[in-house]
Parts: sequence; C-alpha cells; structure tokens
Amino acid sequence: MTEIYLEIDNLHVESIAGAVLVDGVSLSLKRGEVLGLIGESGAGKSTIGLSSMVYARAGCRITEGTVMVDGTSARDLDYNGRRAIRGGRIAYIAQSAAASFNPVHTLMDQVCEMPVMHGLMSQTEARAWALELFKALDLPDPDHFGDRYPHQVSGGQLQRAMAAMAMSCRPDVLVLDEPTTALDVTTQIEVLALLKKLIRDHNMAALYITHDLAVVAQVADRIMVLRHGKMVEIGATEQILYQPKQAYTTALVAERSASEHIGVTNDIGPRESVLNISQVVGAYGPAVVVRGVTLVVGHGETVAVVGESGSGKSSLARLVAGLLPRSAGDVRLRGVSLASSYKNRSREQLRQVQLIYQIPDVALNPRQTIGEIIGRPVSFYFGLSSSEVKQRVAELLTLVGLPANYADRLSTALSGGQKQRICIARALAAKPELIICDEPTSALDPLVADEILKLLKKLQDELGVAYLFITHDLGVVRRIAHRTAVMYKGEFVAEGPTKEIFSPPFHSYTEKLIASVPEMRTDWLDEVLARRVAAESLRS
Amino acid sequence: MRLFGHKPPLSAWLGLTVIVFYAGIALLAPWIAPYSQSESVAGTWDPPSAMYWLGTDNIGRDILSRLIYGARMTVAVALATTLLSFLIGTVTGFMAAVGGKWIDMALSRFVDVMLSIPLLIFALIILSVFGSSIPVLILTIAVLDATRVFRLARAVAMNITVTEFVEVARLRGEGLWWVMRREILPNAAPPMIAEFGLRFCFNFLFVAGLSFLGLGIQPPMADWGGMVRDNAQAITFGLMAPMWPAMAIAFMTIGVNLVVDWVLSINSRPSGASAQI
Repeated sequence: MTEIYLEIDNLHVESIAGAVLVDGVSLSLKRGEVLGLIGESGAGKSTIGLSSMVYARAGCRITEGTVMVDGTSARDLDYNGRRAIRGGRIAYIAQSAAASFNPVHTLMDQVCEMPVMHGLMSQTEARAWALELFKALDLPDPDHFGDRYPHQVSGGQLQRAMAAMAMSCRPDVLVLDEPTTALDVTTQIEVLALLKKLIRDHNMAALYITHDLAVVAQVADRIMVLRHGKMVEIGATEQILYQPKQAYTTALVAERSASEHIGVTNDIGPRESVLNISQVVGAYGPAVVVRGVTLVVGHGETVAVVGESGSGKSSLARLVAGLLPRSAGDVRLRGVSLASSYKNRSREQLRQVQLIYQIPDVALNPRQTIGEIIGRPVSFYFGLSSSEVKQRVAELLTLVGLPANYADRLSTALSGGQKQRICIARALAAKPELIICDEPTSALDPLVADEILKLLKKLQDELGVAYLFITHDLGVVRRIAHRTAVMYKGEFVAEGPTKEIFSPPFHSYTEKLIASVPEMRTDWLDEVLARRVAAESLRS
Repeated sequence: MRLFGHKPPLSAWLGLTVIVFYAGIALLAPWIAPYSQSESVAGTWDPPSAMYWLGTDNIGRDILSRLIYGARMTVAVALATTLLSFLIGTVTGFMAAVGGKWIDMALSRFVDVMLSIPLLIFALIILSVFGSSIPVLILTIAVLDATRVFRLARAVAMNITVTEFVEVARLRGEGLWWVMRREILPNAAPPMIAEFGLRFCFNFLFVAGLSFLGLGIQPPMADWGGMVRDNAQAITFGLMAPMWPAMAIAFMTIGVNLVVDWVLSINSRPSGASAQI
C-alpha cells in the first residue's frame, strides 16, 4: 500500500483531428486528499478527470504519459483490467445528473447495478449499502427513495443519487466533474456539504473539477489551475486564493473577488422611465408563473431581476418581449401600452425592445454570415442601401470590440464570447431603448463573462440604453445593476437600489440567497453550516 | 478528387458515374440512337445481332434505340415530378411549422386524408378520369408525392422554428416568407437534399410502374416501365427482351441511392464548432 494512490505523469491527450487537449500534465493524489482542478472550458479539466480512469471521450485518445493507480500502470492493463478500475476503484460524478441516469430504470436499480456487475456484492448487500448511502446523503424517505424514477426527484436529489451511485462500489477515488454547477445556489450548498462529508467520512481521495474558485476552495486541499491543456499553477488552496503566483491565476481570483463587491455605486437618481410594468400576470396554461409584478426601468438604467430557476424571471422577460401573452396587468414603453403579443406590436415598438439570450450558439443562425446577421435589422428597420448597411455593420462590430472584417465569416467559427458580442451588436443595430438580457453571461467562462459585462456597461454609458437584466448570479447583479428585484415563486420579495438589497435588513429569502453564494474563503462552508446548526438548536 | 468540398468514396463515384452516363444518353438520344424509337425495323423479338445489339421488341423495334429514348422520357418525367413535389411539399411544410396552429392543423389534416388513400389507387383514378397526358401525369404524381415531402419538411422545420434565432427574426417583425426562406430553409437544406435523392428514385419507379400498368407514358414514346410491360411475354420464351429495360431501371435506382448515401453521411458528421471537443 503506497501513500500516493493515483499518479498521472506527463499526460498527453489529443483529438483525432490532431488538436492537443492535454499537454504534459502531471499530478499525484494521496489517500484522503482532495485536489481541485480549475480552469475555463477547453482547459482540459474533464479530459484529465476521465484520463485517471484511462478513458478518453469519442474522438480523443491518450497519446503519451503514465497513469498509476495504486502502484499499477493502468495504461498497460487490458480491457478487463481497466473495467475493474472504472467505477470499482475510481468513480465518476458528472455535471448533469439528469442526463446521466437512464429514465426507464428506478434509482435503486441503477445504484445497485455497478457493485453487482463488478461482482463485489450480492444484490441484497448492494441494496443495504445503497440504503445506507441514501441516509448518509440525507435523501428524503431513504427506504423508498430508490423506488422512484429519475424524473420523480429534484435536481439536487438526483445529484446526490449520483453520488450514491459513484459510492456504490466503495471506490478509493472520486472524480467530481462540476457536480454542483447545474444546481441553484441554495441547493448547491447542501450538495456541496454532503459531498464534503462523504469524502471525509470515507477517507477518500477526490479530483474536484470546477470553474468556480469559491466552490473548490471549500473542499480542496490543493488546487491545480489549468489553461489550454497545460498546468498554470499548483499549490495549497490558501496559497492559490491569497498568494497566486501566476498572472492568470491572479486574474481568476480578482474576477471572482470582484463579484463580491457592488460595482455600480453611483446612484443615478430619478430619471425618465422607459419601461413600466404594472401588476403583470403571466401563465402557461393553468400554471401561473408571474403573479402581479410591478417594475420600472429608467433611461440608461440597469435593473436586475434575480432568482432561482423556476422563480419566473425568464417568464417576466418573455412577457415584456410579448413572447408570452400576459393575462392581466400592463406593460408600457415610454408611456404607450404594448400589445400583449409581439404579433400585434408595431415595427417601431418591436425595434425599441431587443433581446440577448443565454446561449449565443443557438441565438445565431449558423448558416448566415455575421454581416447578414447584424445587417438585417439595419436594413429592416432603417431601410439603408447596401453600402450604408455594410458601413453600419463595420461600425457595430468595432463598437462591440470585434474586427470589422468578421462580417464575411460564419458565426460557427467564433468562440462563445465572440458570439455573444455578435448578439449584442445585433441588438444594438436596431438602436433600441431597452435590451432584455436573459442570463447573457451564465454560459460563458468567468473571464469572458467579465469582459461581456464590461462591454455592456460601456455601451450603456455611450448609448444610454436601458437593460432589464435577468440572472441567477448575485455576483453579476452586484457588478452591473443600479437596481435589483429579487424574484421568488413569481413575485418580487424585495426591490430597490442594489446597495440596499445587499445590505441589512434583508427579506428572509434574499438573505438565504446571499448566504448561499460561496465566498472566497476556505472556511466559508463550515461557517455557514455551523450557523445553520446554531439556528436549528436555537429554534428547538 | 473533391466535389463541393468533400471527398466522395468509391461507391459515390460509382453512383455519380451511372447518373452522368444516363443523363448524357438522355441528352444525346437523337444522335446516338441507331434507329427511331417508333419504327419497326425487324421481326418480333429478334435475338441480339450486329445490326440490333440488344435485339428487337414485340413489334420489331430496336430495343437499344428505345432504351436510349426511354432514358429521356423516364428520367425527365421523374425529375420534373420530384422538383415540383419538393416545391409544393417544402413550402407547405414550412408554412405548417411557422404559420401557427390553424394553418398547421388545416394542412396536416388534409395531408393525413391524402396519405390514407393508397398512392397507386389514387393515381389510377386521377389518370383514368383526366386521361394520361404527360402534364397530368407529372402534376398527379407531384401532388401525391408532395404529401410525403410535406411530412419531412414540417418535421425538420418544427425543430428549427423553436430555436432562438427564429424567435429573434419574429420579434424583429419579419414576415412568414422571410422566416421560411432565410432562417429555416438554409438549415433544413441538408436533410431535404438527401430526401430529394430518395424521392427521385420513388417517383422514377412510380412512373415506370404506371407505364407498366398502361397509365403512364403512352406509346409510341419509349419509356422503361412500358418496355417491360410490352415485352413481358417474352420471358416465357426465355428471351432477354424485358430484362434490358428492367436492368436500366435497377442501375438508375442503385446509382442514385449510392449518391444519396454519401450525401447523408456528410450530414451525419458533426459540423462547425461542435466537431472539436
């Protein structure tokens, strides 16, 4: 039995097309140690995680390096040897639990499948162990939880069920690939606490993959920063957080810290209103999702609507845009009431309200050039000649910080951040009064998202456009919003200047939301949990 | 060698060769056919000889000449039919997907009714009532075939209409026609092109089938389906006469299908940004 359980040395992973995904990364993991892997998308985090099981995704292959699992070289093993490692010795927890469970089998069947397949336990032993895990993971009604199907439980519960599945063979190492990224902040904290407890109680080693420094700070002993498949820096968690050595790490830490402070402090005071929403109600069939919401957005102002998934914030955006017809209330633009459906609005009214979406990939037609995408609103609304349109497209591209010669390209050739810039340029092409931003940064990497936020702010200063900013990310709200509305179950529970929302006295839900956002301290999670325990005991 | 930016495999080259060969024959028919298509030049079912390479048919016409002229008629009719059916099917299919609930309901239920009647029976009724001229033939098959195209076009467009770039276009105030032409069509083109190849084969066989039943292309104009019918009797005497047109039909179908398979395989590959992981 060696001290170091997993050792990866000089790992190279390439795609079949020849792109280098992981370029000479080495790491070692002791028993009971948690190593955080952090970096933006495409940094090779997940690829390294999977390589620890000598697995490469379709289209990729491990070309060089050694993977030592408990003293044996896993790359030299045959198919059956590798199979014994996967799930048995090293288990994997994926980001999307919903996509990782088979919808036609019960949770219990799927959790018990692995130990039985590996021949480690009998069916009865496996069930008993699964029940124990369900209890340890604090799942509701653990005796009958396993009888349910994946669609019958919530996202947070499903993620915990996947943790149970990973634990079913009592592995020595867990590979956690963004296990809490898809969850709401209030759910994330619970799952995070349970995962941490699980790892500690069973003295397991773990690779924790995430893009959120604050999350990894709560669980990891050491952190490795990756970029473009190469290691940037490795060190103890405290060192990375407080004394990063490399410029890239410093930028990451600075970006994450910026979201903890309020960025827009200048109170812009009363100003002419652009958008007036009064007592608006929206429903999908019998399900009422927006229950009488009132909100004013002023000229050149950013108003954020923040809430968890299912709070009705996106539905509010769709009500304003006219995509979801309202069943009561009024939406006024510059004092003029807008028709309930966008189909009955005039071209001029449509021009004044523009949308930016969460995922820029699907918001841009993959078969149109960027010149066509941005040029169409210009010619459609303002009827300019083709040479004038060309000139305007070049102007707009420059405005959003892209080279003017991008006009001839297809959007599929661009990166996520660049695509979002195109979406912004398209919205600006209409010279709108109001832009509805529906989570415009949540699909982007932190540093790229930061640039997009800065761009939006700059454009607002230059053009005086108002933003209705829909997001779940309190960090984004703090940085960009003049005023904030907190939405919960279709209603506003708090509304006012951002500064006031983020300082006491809080509404109880706002407080819970704020308290659930991980902070850049290693002891944050323990503190929150201790506070909760104290509050519980106080109540009883 | 590359074609439209892709490298066709051997099977696709084979298919392309067949198609180009048939197209060449169809275009050059009057110059390369040794005899007229309607003239009796020898006895009934004469065996192949130096004069008549593939022999003669039931009334002594040269089979090779009729095959060459037949390519003209059969391929041209099938092509015109398929083009027309795609025009009708794609436009109505897209309209059903984009135009809203009621247009979709009306079009889809009408197509359901059409689909519930067997294709051949329907065609036989129409052609018996209106008589079998070439325009009627093309129009009938095109309309019937358009119902099949409609189903695919609607399904493909349905997936595209829910994307956000279409939502953006609608919110901009774009009309139905613009959304269909500029947002939907370019994204729906790959599966529609593949379907075009397949439907061309079906129509081609359908024309041949109708001619075999005597309701397709009328004598004395040559077409392969009709030639099989005319010479069907010969098979009982162990003669090759009906085999030649049958083989021509088979080769054309296989050739087009080989090319379609290739086009389909191009589209099943991940494109653009998603190809790299």
